[in-house]
Amino acid sequence: MSLNYNNPEFVIERDQDKCIECRVCARQCANEAHFYDEDLERMREEDINCVNCHRCVTLCPTNALVIKEYPLEYKKNSNWTGGMISNIQKQANTGGILLTGMGNPTDKKIYWDHILLNASQVTNPSIDPLREPMELKTILGRKPDKVEFDEEGKVKDLPPQLELETPIMFGAMSFGSISINACKSLAQAANEMGMMYNTGEGGLHEDLYPYKDRTIVQVASGRFGVHQEYLNAGAAIEIKIGQGAKPGIGGHLPGEKVGEEVSKTRMIPKGTDAISPAPHHDIYSIEDLRQLIYALKEATNYEKPVSVKIAAVHNVAAIASGIASAGADIIAIDGYRGGTGAAPTMIRDNVGIPIELALAAVDSRLREQSLRNKVSLVVSGSIRNSADIVKAVALGADAVYVASAALIALGCHMCQKCYTGKCNWGIATQNPELVKRLNPEIGVERVKNLIEGWSHEIKEILGGMGINALESLRGNRLMLRGIDLTEKELEILGIKHAGE
Amino acid sequence: MRGSRPTEKIMSGCAISGILNRRGKCFSGKEIMDSIALMHDRSNGLGGGFAAYGIYPDHKDEYAIHMFYDDLEAKEKVDYFLNRHFVILVSEKIPTREVEAINNPPIIWRYFVRPDERKLSESGLEEDEYVAQSVMNINANYRGAFVVSSGKNMGVFKGVGYPEDIGEFYKLEEYEAYLWTAHGRFPTNTPGWWGGAHPFTLLDWSIVHNGEISSYGANKRYLEMFDYKCTMQTDTEAITYLFDLMLRKHNLPLEVAVKAVAAPLWSEVERMDDEEAKLVKSIRAVYGSALLNGPFSIILGHKDGFLALNDRIKLRPLVVAEDEERTYVASEEAAIREICSKPEKLWSPRGGEPVIGLLEGRSGV
Ligand code: SF4
Ligand code: SF4
Repeated sequence: MSLNYNNPEFVIERDQDKCIECRVCARQCANEAHFYDEDLERMREEDINCVNCHRCVTLCPTNALVIKEYPLEYKKNSNWTGGMISNIQKQANTGGILLTGMGNPTDKKIYWDHILLNASQVTNPSIDPLREPMELKTILGRKPDKVEFDEEGKVKDLPPQLELETPIMFGAMSFGSISINACKSLAQAANEMGMMYNTGEGGLHEDLYPYKDRTIVQVASGRFGVHQEYLNAGAAIEIKIGQGAKPGIGGHLPGEKVGEEVSKTRMIPKGTDAISPAPHHDIYSIEDLRQLIYALKEATNYEKPVSVKIAAVHNVAAIASGIASAGADIIAIDGYRGGTGAAPTMIRDNVGIPIELALAAVDSRLREQSLRNKVSLVVSGSIRNSADIVKAVALGADAVYVASAALIALGCHMCQKCYTGKCNWGIATQNPELVKRLNPEIGVERVKNLIEGWSHEIKEILGGMGINALESLRGNRLMLRGIDLTEKELEILGIKHAGE
Repeated sequence: MRGSRPTEKIMSGCAISGILNRRGKCFSGKEIMDSIALMHDRSNGLGGGFAAYGIYPDHKDEYAIHMFYDDLEAKEKVDYFLNRHFVILVSEKIPTREVEAINNPPIIWRYFVRPDERKLSESGLEEDEYVAQSVMNINANYRGAFVVSSGKNMGVFKGVGYPEDIGEFYKLEEYEAYLWTAHGRFPTNTPGWWGGAHPFTLLDWSIVHNGEISSYGANKRYLEMFDYKCTMQTDTEAITYLFDLMLRKHNLPLEVAVKAVAAPLWSEVERMDDEEAKLVKSIRAVYGSALLNGPFSIILGHKDGFLALNDRIKLRPLVVAEDEERTYVASEEAAIREICSKPEKLWSPRGGEPVIGLLEGRSGV
C-alpha cells in the first residue's frame, strides 16, 4: 500500500503524572485511540484514530486527558485550507465520496443570531410566568377556515389534530441510525412531556409501541418497515420527501448497523446496507404526492394527520404551497443545517438553504394564498436553543423539530462520526457494548430536563413580550428585528432592522 | 397640520364609556360627554370620539358614510369613486362649532348612500361586503381621505382633542341615540392624527378600546388572509376587522367570537364538560390567530347593542352597571356614577367574561 498522506485531526495529550493507568480510556474508546504499551509500561495513544468525541476525557478519573486540534500548520492559504487538503488526500486514498455525520458545520451566516426579540416597557405590561398562566399548547393539523355547527347547534368535528404541550417535537431519527436506547429515551420523554417523537424511516421497534400516541411514523422512499399496523400504530404519519442535510438524495444505513433487531424492524436482511432511493418511486409530481397522502389517509381511516417533510431548497415556497394544496395537514421543512446519521459531505455542506429564510418565505407565500391557517408548519435544522424556537414561531412556524439538541442532551459531543457506527456515547451505534452505555432511564430524565428548561425560557420570553399564549406570537414578526442584515435579507425575513 | 397617517404601530392607554337604552329610546349625547369627561386624566388631548346608534332615523336604510378629507382634491377623488359605485342621496358637511381647544380639523363630510344596483349585482357580493370593500379601498388607496364610519343609522364623531371638546365641537348634545360609546385617548408617540382617534368602525361595528394588543402582528397577518388590509397601524382597527370576520363573514354566534378573542385558559377547559370543552378547543384551534393578547378592555357597538370585554387576565379596568332601562360600561365606576348616581346593579366583570347589552327583543349582536 502506498504511503497514507493523512494526518491526524486531533492530538491526545496525556498528563503522565496524573495518569494512573486504569485503562478506562482504552476500554471506552471504540476507535482504539488509547492502548497500553506493555513494553513501555504506560498508556499510549494513536492520535489518528481519535475523533474527539470526549468520551475518554469525560470518564478519565484523574483528568489526565486533553484533546486538541492537531497543530498541523499548512502554509497559510484561505483557499486551500487544511480541511480542503486533507479531504483531497482522503479521496486520493480511497476513491470514495466523503462521508460525514451531523449538520453542516461551515461558518455561513446563522440567521437566528441576526434576529433580536422584543419586550414590553410601560405601555404594555410584561407578564410574570410564575404568577400568571402562560400557554404553550400547540395544536397541529388541518384547520377549516371557520368552525361549523350542525343543525342542533353542536360544533362539528375538526380533522384529526395533534396536541402538544410545548411547541417542540423530536425530529425523525430512525432506529438503525440511532440505538434502541436513544429511541426509547426520546419516545418516553415525548410521552411524559406531551410532545411527539418521529420514527424516521426505520420502522417501529416493538419496544416503542407503548408510546404510540406520541409517535409520528415516517414513510420514506425505502418504505422500510411500512405496513398497515405500522401506519396505524402512530398518532400521525409523515411522508419524508427530503432532509435538510442531504436534499435530493436518499438515505443510507451501512450494513454494519443492520443487526438482528434493525433487520427485523426494517424488514430487510441482516448485514445489508439499507439504501432508500433518492425519489419515492411512486412520486414524480405533486399529483402523485396527493395520491400518496390520500392513500395513507384511506389506510388509516382519516384518523391521523399526514405530514410531508421536505428539505429547504431554492423554490421551497412554491413547493410548500403545492404540498398544502395536495392535502397535507402538516408541512415540515428541514433547513440546510439539519443533522443526519450519514451524508455525503459535499451535499451536506453545499445543498439547500437556511431554515430561517425558507420558513419566512413559506409562511409568507402560504399567507398570500390564504393557505397558512389551513396547514401547520413545522421547522427544523437547526434549532439550538429556546430563543431559536421563539424566533421560529414569530417568523411563522407552529412548532419545531429538535434532533441534534436532543442527542446532545443524551451525551452526544458532536464529533460528526455517526456514520461509522462507533458512537462512544451509545447513540449512533448498534454495537451492543456501546448501546448499553446509554441508560434510557437517565436519558429520559436528561431529555425531559432540556425540554422543561426550554419551555420555561419560552414562557419567560413570551411574558416579557406581554403575551400569554403562543398563538399570539405565531407569525407575529413585529416582535422581531434584524441586526447586521441587508435590505434583501430583511425583506425575505419580513422583519424590520433594529432601531426601526 | 391634521397629522399624517403613522407608519409604525401606535401605542396608547385610554378611557372608554358606553350607555345603552335597552328599550331603544333615544337620548342626547350630553350624558356620554359628561361620563367620558370625568375620566379626563386618562386621555392626553390627542384623541377623543363617540359612536352613536339611532341618530339618522330619516335615513335609516341608507349607509351613512362619515369622511375626513385633508383637502378638496382628496374629496373630489372620493366623490368620483362614490358616484361610480353608489347612489348618493345626501352629501353634506357635518355641522361643527368653533371650540378653542380644537385646531385644524380636516374637511368633515357625510353622505347617505345606497350601492349602485347594477354595480352591486355585477360584483356578486352581498350588500354589506360591497360596502366593506369600498371602505377598505378608500382607506388603503385614497391619500388624504379617511372613512370615519359606514354603518346604517349610526355615525362616528371623532378627532384630535379631549373627548369633551370633541363632543362640543360636533354639537353632540343635538343628536339623539339609543346607544352611545365614547373614547378618550392617551397615545404615547403619535402626532395626533384625526383618523387615528377611536371609535374605529366597519359597517355597523364600532370599537372603542383601552389598551395595547401584543398580538397585533399575529392578528394583522391573519386578517390579511381574509382580505382585510390593516392600514391604520392600530390595534383597534384589527379588533374591528376580527369581529367583522367572525360575526359577519363567518356568521358565528357572538359567544363563539368572544371565546376566540378572549379564549378561556386551557386550565379552565380541563374543568369543562366534554361538549363545551370540544367547542372551546375547536374555536381555539381554528381561531388561535384571532386571540387578543395583552391588556385591553373594549366596547364593541352594533345596531342591536354592545359587547364589553376585558382581556382574559384582566389587565385593564372595566365596570358595568344597570338601571331600569339602561346598561352602562366604563373604565371607571365614577364615570358611571357621574350620570347614574344610584344604579340598581354595579359590577366588575372577570377577565375574559363578556358583558352583552342588547336591545329588548334582540337575540344577539
Ligand atoms: S482514563 Fe485517564 S487515568 Fe485512566 S488510563 Fe486513560 S488517561 Fe490514564
Ligand atoms: S451521535 Fe455519537 S457519533 Fe454522532 S456526533 Fe454525537 S457523539 Fe459523535
